[in-house]
This record gives sequence, C-alpha cells and structure tokens, in this order.
Amino acid sequence: MSAPRHIDSVEHAAATPDVKLPYAELGVTDSEYQEIIALLGRRPTSGELAMYSVMWSEHCSYKSSKVHLRQFGQKMTESMKKNLMVGMGQNAGVVDVGEGWAVTFKIESHNHPSYIEPFQGAATGVGGIVRDIISMGARPIGVMDALRFGAIDHPDTARVVPGVVSGISFYGNCLGLPNIGGETWFDSSYQKNPLVNALAVGVMRHEDIHLANAQGAGNKVVLFGARTGGDGIGGASILASETFGDDGRPAKRPAVQVGDPFAEKVLIECCLELFEKDLVEAIQDLGAAGISCATSELAANGDTGMVVELDKVLLRDDTLTAEEILMSESQERMMAIVKPELLEKFLAVTGKWEVDTSVLGDVTDDGRLIINWHGETIVDVDPKTVAIDSPVYNRPMERPSWLDALQADTIHTRDRDNTSAGVMDQIRSVLSHANLQAATWITNQYDHYVLGNTAMATPDDAGMLRVDEESGLGVAIATDANGRYGQLDPRQGAALALAESYRNVASTGATPVAISDCLNYGSPENPEVMWQFAEAVTGLADACVALDVPVTGGNVSLYNQTGETPIHPTPVVATMGIIDDVARRLPSGWQDDGENIYLLGTTSLELDGSIWADAIHSHLGGIPPKVDFEHEKSLAELLSSAAHEGLVTSAHDLSTGGLIQSLTEACLRRHVGARIWLSELQERDNIDSVTALFSESQGRVLVSVAREDDVKFQGLCAGRGIPVLRVGVTDATQSALDIADVGVLGLDELHTLHESRLPEAFGPLVGGRA
Amino acid sequence: MRVGVVTFPGSLDDRDALRAVRLAGHEPVALWHQEHDLHSVDAIVLPGGFSYGDYLRCGAIAARSPIMADIIDAANKGVPVLGICNGFQILMEAGLLPGGLIGNDHGQFICRDQELVVENTDTRWTAGFQENQHIVIPLKNGEGGYIADEETLKRVEGEGLVTFRYVGINPNGSLHDIAGLRNDAGTVVGLMPHPEHAVEEGFGPDTDQAMRNGTDGLTFFTSLALEGVLR
Amino acid sequence: MATIIIEVMPKRELLDPAGKAVHRALLRDGISDINEVRIGKRFELHVDGAATDAQLQAAKKIADDLLSNGVIEDVVDIRVEGN
Repeated sequence: MSAPRHIDSVEHAAATPDVKLPYAELGVTDSEYQEIIALLGRRPTSGELAMYSVMWSEHCSYKSSKVHLRQFGQKMTESMKKNLMVGMGQNAGVVDVGEGWAVTFKIESHNHPSYIEPFQGAATGVGGIVRDIISMGARPIGVMDALRFGAIDHPDTARVVPGVVSGISFYGNCLGLPNIGGETWFDSSYQKNPLVNALAVGVMRHEDIHLANAQGAGNKVVLFGARTGGDGIGGASILASETFGDDGRPAKRPAVQVGDPFAEKVLIECCLELFEKDLVEAIQDLGAAGISCATSELAANGDTGMVVELDKVLLRDDTLTAEEILMSESQERMMAIVKPELLEKFLAVTGKWEVDTSVLGDVTDDGRLIINWHGETIVDVDPKTVAIDSPVYNRPMERPSWLDALQADTIHTRDRDNTSAGVMDQIRSVLSHANLQAATWITNQYDHYVLGNTAMATPDDAGMLRVDEESGLGVAIATDANGRYGQLDPRQGAALALAESYRNVASTGATPVAISDCLNYGSPENPEVMWQFAEAVTGLADACVALDVPVTGGNVSLYNQTGETPIHPTPVVATMGIIDDVARRLPSGWQDDGENIYLLGTTSLELDGSIWADAIHSHLGGIPPKVDFEHEKSLAELLSSAAHEGLVTSAHDLSTGGLIQSLTEACLRRHVGARIWLSELQERDNIDSVTALFSESQGRVLVSVAREDDVKFQGLCAGRGIPVLRVGVTDATQSALDIADVGVLGLDELHTLHESRLPEAFGPLVGGRA
Repeated sequence: MRVGVVTFPGSLDDRDALRAVRLAGHEPVALWHQEHDLHSVDAIVLPGGFSYGDYLRCGAIAARSPIMADIIDAANKGVPVLGICNGFQILMEAGLLPGGLIGNDHGQFICRDQELVVENTDTRWTAGFQENQHIVIPLKNGEGGYIADEETLKRVEGEGLVTFRYVGINPNGSLHDIAGLRNDAGTVVGLMPHPEHAVEEGFGPDTDQAMRNGTDGLTFFTSLALEGVLR
Repeated sequence: MATIIIEVMPKRELLDPAGKAVHRALLRDGISDINEVRIGKRFELHVDGAATDAQLQAAKKIADDLLSNGVIEDVVDIRVEGN
C-alpha cells in the first residue's frame, strides 16, 4: 500500500468522500468498510483504516468466535468465581492463590509466524505472552509451550521443529524464565500449519494487580521499550484473516517480527521497579496491532479518550509512514498511563534501565481517540468502536457430513491379538509412537532452574513453581489437548482436554482452580469448522461448570489449515492448581523398593482415537472416551488429601497410551522397575489384556504406596468412592517392567523405546542421558 | 560475612545467587553495575545470565562496567570472587582468569545435571569439598566451551589452576573437559555450571535419595567461612 | 561520510564451532569443494567527513581494547571506505 503524497487527515477525509482506499488489501470486507463509514459519518482516513483493519482482524477482535465465547462468562457460577480476581477481558486473568498472593497465567498462539520463520515466530510468541503477564503487574515466573508439528518423519517437520525449539529456548532462557512443561504432538494434520501455543505465569501480591484501563483526564500516555520499526506490519490482520495462496506465495506477505529477549528482560525489571514504586496508573503491552491496539484498548477499557502525537514515537526507521507506525508490531514495547506529577520519577526509572521512553500524549475525558501526525489529525474515533465493538459474526455452522460415518467406524469390532507375544509387539509399537516420546531432545534446550523455585517440571505430570519461600505455597500447571479426539467429537474432545489437564495437575497433589485456553481451529468461513468450534466452546464451558473451574482468559487461533484442509480441532487447555506446600508434591514415578502399586479408577473398552489405534491400525474413527466429572473431582480431592497426609509416594495419571505408557514413565522416572499383574483388573472390569494396557479410559491414576500406609490409603479411597485396585509392586532389584502373563521389558529397552524417535528425526540428543 | 552479588542488565541468576548466599548463612548484598560502591562486602559473586544480551561477546560489555574496576581492584587485594557461567565469562574478559569461552560445540543450548570432579580444594570457594570429590551441579548455557592456546593450557594444567572438570559427559566441547578455574591465589574462581541451583532440597538436581534433592552447590558458599580453619 | 571497517576473526589455532556447523550444512547440501568455513565479525564505525589518521589510530585501539578479545580473536583488517 503506497502512502498518500499528502497527509490523509480527518479534515481531508471529510472533504474527499469519493477517494477509494484499498481496504480489501488490508483484509477489511465490503460490509465492514461500510460499517466504518457509518460509525465515523465519513470515509476513514488511511490511518483510521489501518487501525480498524488490524483491530477488526480475526486475531484481535475475535469476531467469529465472540458469539460462542460468551458462554464462558454466561455459564460461570458463583462457586467458579470464588478465586477469580480478574476475569476475561484484561491482558490475562488473575487468581487468588492464598496468603495474599495472586497468580496470573495465560496461553496464547503464535502459529502462522512459526511456520514461516520458526525461530522468530516461536521466540516472539514467548515474548508476547510474557508481556501480557507483566502488564497485569506480575513478575513472570515460568513459561510452558504446547507444540504441534507435522508428521515426525516429514522433511519439512525437520525444518520447523529445531527452529521452533531453539526460538523458544533462545527467548525464554534469555529472559530468565524456567520452562516447566508443555507437550509435543506430531500429526500430518499440522503439516503446513504447526501450532505454537506459549504459556506464561506470573505472581504478585493482591495489591499489585494492574489493569489496562486508562483513567484520569490529564494523565500522560507513555510509550517505552524498544524503538518502533517495520516489524510485522499488517501481520495481525493479514495473517490471521487469510489463507496462503496455493501457488506457494502468500496471498498477503506477512512481515515476521524479530525479537530481542535482552530488551524484554530489561523491560521486565524496569516495569517491576515502576510497579514497586507505584508509578503506573494503567499499563498495556504492545502485541498484535501495536500502537493501534494499546491506545484504543486503554482508552476503551477506561471509558475515556486520548490525544496522541504520533511524531513522538521513537523510531528505528525514519521512513515509516504514519499508517505503518500505527500497525507496527515491533516487539518489547509497553504503554503506560502515568500521573503528571509522577512522570519525572517514572522517567528516572526507565532512565536507570536505559529503556527508550517517550511521552505520546494525554488521557482526555471526551471519549475520543485522537492521533495527530505532522500537525494534522489523522485519527479521530471512538476507541470503543475500534477495540470493543468490533463486528460480531454469527457465521453459518454445519455438522460435517462425514462425521456420522467417522463416528460409526469404531476400532472395537476388529479382532485384537491378546497373545503374550502379540501384546509385547503391540507394546513396542505403542511405546515408540511419536506422540508418546519423552521430550528430552527439546527440554534439554530449556533452562528449568532459573529463579530457584521449580519444584516440578517435565517429565513430571505438571510444572510446579513455589510462590512463597516461607510457607512453600505453590502452583501447578499442565497443558493438554488431543486433536484426534477433537476430530471424532469436537464437544467431547474439548471436555477431554480439560479433564486431562485437570487430572495432570491433581496428580501432583495440587487442587485445580482455574484454566486458560488456546483454541486452535481451521477457517471460520468453513461452516463445518465453525460447527466444530462452537461445539468445542460448549463442551469446554460445560466441563468447566462440572469441574468448578473458570476460564480466566485465553486465545482463539483460526484459519489453521494445511491447504484447504482444516487442522484437527485442537483446544489446548491449561489448568492451574494450588498446593499449600510444594514439599508435599507427588513425584510422577516411584523410587523405593517393595511398595504397592495401585490403579485408581476403572478401565473400559475405549480404544477409539487412541495411540494404539494409530500405531497398530493407522486408524482414526469411533467416539472418544467418556468423562465422569464427579469422579474426576473426587479423584482430585483424594490425591490432594493423600499428598497432604503423605500417604502416597508417587502418582501418575493415565491418558494417551493408556496403562502401558504410564507404567513405563513411572518406571523410568527414577529408574526403578515393577512387577505388574493384570488378571484382577481384567476380571473386575471385564476387559482383555489389550484393553487393559492400551485403552485410554479417563479418570485413572497410578499411585505407589508404602506398605505401612496401605490400610489408610485404601480407607481413603473407600471413603471417597474411588475404585482402587492393587496391580503390582515396585521392584528396584530387577531393572525391568515385568507384566505377568505378558512379558518382561528391561528398563534400558523401555528407555530406548521412549526416547529414540526425536533424536532419530532431529539430530543427536545433546548432553546425553541425564 | 557480607557477600555481594552484582546485577548487570540481563543478569538472570542474581536472585538465586543471593538466596544461596543467605542459605549458606551469610548476609546477601545486592550490588548494581553502575556503582563504584562495593558496600564493604567480604566476597563477591558475578552471577549467570545474558548480561547485555551477550552482545559483542558474552560478558564483554559487563566486564567494562563501572563496578568491575572496583572488583578487579578488590580481587587483586585478595577479596574472593566467584564467577558463575556469564560471571565466568566476565572474569575472563576482565583478565582475572586465563582463557576464553566460545559456543558449545554442538551448537545448542544445553541444560543438564552435570557431574563434576572438584580437582582443587585450595580455594576460598572449594575449601569445604574433599579433593577429587564428585558433585552434581546444574549446567545451562549456549556458550560454554572453554578454550585457550597451547601455552595457556600448559600453564593452567601445570599450575593446578583447573578447579572443576566435567565427568562422564563433556556437555560443550570445553578443552581438557575444563569446567572451572582458579587464579594463582585461589581467591578468584570461575565455572560454567551453576552451584546456586543446587542449594535447596526440593529444587536441585535429582539424587538417588529423592527427586530434586541435590544440594552440592551449597558448599561453594559455606566454604567462604572456612578460611584459616582447614589449612 | 566515511566508514572505518574492522574485521575480527577467531584465532586460527582455536576452535570455531559456528564455522564448523556451517561447513557441515554446506556438505549436507552437496557442496564438497569448500574445505573450511570460518566465521568472524565485521564492525563499521561511521564518521563525519573523511576519516583522519587520529581516528584510524583510535579505531585500532578500540579494535584491540573492546571489539576483539585478544585471547581468542585476532583483528585481521582495519580499512577505510568512502574517504
């Protein structure tokens, strides 16, 4: 888009109604353009069009998803609100975790940039979510990443994976934030559209919570951080609203943002000092849509107006036009509202940290956002129309025509090989599946020690961070999603994502209290995708009510496709829980000899959508496992009590890969074997060996209990109505997993099965076995 | 004892170093890179991180900070200085320890629990260890390859300046598996691994006894108080 | 406006892991007639007008004192462009 030769001021726009602006090139539809004209009473200036185009993009406005996302708020019960201090609508949600501490956490996507430039895409994804956390007033204390890539043996996957991982490593490590967990999944569904969902968590005292509401006429609007350049111009509206052309050339070429984590580290310390000295009235980070977003959101949320001199913006590139400055997505920038009498102190702090700062303007009380450039007004809008009242679409939805056939195509009717040799073969196939692999190749590149508060990290069930050094108060977070389940049943798939991450948190001994979600779907212009999305939101909202955990905030990423084919519905759910004392946490693997191993919950024939179905039959069909929410809640309460009373020496939940996967991981965690028998399990639950080992029934956890605590533990289960069955004993004498009537697998063999695929695909494991 | 920990722009493990100092029973003192005031500390820690974003060379710009002039002076007068990871890089850039550090030979950032052998206990920071004791200390860096020319290596080995060596796996291609060095006087010690991450049960490396139980790093800080006791 | 160019390379006798990694990548791409790759840095110091002798002397000192670490690097070239 070429800049007009003269300034397209408001006055000029009013006087030249017939000038044709290239709104379609910016992703604005005909009707949206007409809407803008109606709102302004004239044609927009090019600056105003730039603002609307980015702020009304799918990524920023949620225009296709809003109507469904409302369910999260509408269905919230009083009970769900109890720990919630700040809900959806701000940069991130905030939860009261006790002892005067508040925790803010959020998960967000940076998918499309990570396909184009994996390193910078992933790096800036981390940067962006961390800034969201700082802008709530919190010190960031940890990050996690949920990653989905194409098929593990595809050459392009080998391009994307190392780039994404080193990008996350580069940015997260340089910020000094421990990476405490995440997940990795390989599926051809994501071949041309990897998913990089980054999570950040931060902590603050209750009184330190900051909101992004500009209030107080006369207060100063201050932009600080990195200088503004031409990064990611139009990235938001262009990337998130269009697919790429089939001739390989993007329909719109997005400019990728380049991140500088050192600048962000300095920014973090600077902001924390500003907060500590109480110098900030409101603060907003600049992410998608940069200055357009920060100014309009701050003003709209505060129900006020703003006057901004765009010339005051410190530039890296003098040739930028006003529109480009408004749309720029240069990283590591924040916008603060500062009382005039505190401005000098504010500048002293940014000066100390050598952070570029400029005062752009003032908060006003007339409800207008006015932006001036070279002495002329180029933007004069009601900020609410930009930031809040964007178009809301109720896009057509249609249950996919292929779904009935897919759901009818169950794997259960096929014969299963229950011979011991056959089962051993299946075990080896399943354990070496790409999606059950240890993430060592990845996590060896992440710092998980910095800040000294990491109580648990990968490969444990959840990441756990200490919040209070005196009391040991801590939080645990786990992220989960299963695109295969989502494809089979989008509503159930979303409920299952919550159930699994909830159970992962509970398995550490923490009590789940809140969630954040990142909903990754195909094009909303495809009615089948829209239906999948709506179903997922309903499934998740209802599951939240059933489990009594609110959505604190989250992110929607649409237009994720490989060519014309949408990705599998992938609703990533991040559950956060609280533990009174991290010293009581439950390791995910046993370490002492001669302890009893119990399986909590029951197992039924639920192999549809399982890893087993993929590994053995390359099959995806049927319906995914059921969830019993009351049971999951009771199970969580049981584990929390057990942890508190020290009755259990380890706990590991079951999910993808079923019992065999959990047994393997539990043995490998501390390198202690086990002797297992399935006969009683098979009899009680009326299942065969294959089902016992590979079914992905929900609501199950594997625990180890010291002999002296057996009676008490069984009593605890009985009291809560949790089915419990002894399935084996730990055995530190033989380094093997011995499954009676099936076979024996040495720990070395298990290690090879569990750890080989990623090094085979992406290069030798650096640093060897820990 | 008062032990200072310097914060440069981009320092990351300064807070952890302060905690380690406190857990060892000393008084932690935060020092700012711009000041010339060492606040009468008895010992100094240069912590890990990415000071100045590793711009130019790791530790290069930090080594030229105002406070470094005072620290070099203090070191030359016998004040104990411990350089951890980026701090080690700063010590070498400042000329207080011989050699240099370059990128890991495999080109990646590596975070692992690293076994080390303590070869020299004749320093203010290792006096509490047994000679040739094996310890496990978290290692995390991208630029950890110790490098020096033939002559320097000869001198370093010949004069017993090697204080820690990697055991089992050399995680970064360091020559002679050198993980850390001391100066002639035994007052200045630098190493790539992070002792401050192995000081508190529940938050350190896994041990045979329990998950995250390793506290081998605490001895670095408690050693300070041993001057005159062991020798 | 003149530019003083300073080039710094890792010392010949020391390891250059970055250079090796690039060389390996070339070999993987089937390029076999390049024997070695070494990676260094190029610094540009921009000055008003022509670069004076004094500025060149100062540049040499800057190169030795700050832009290179004499333990592991050599300053291999200092020259002026645009004088």
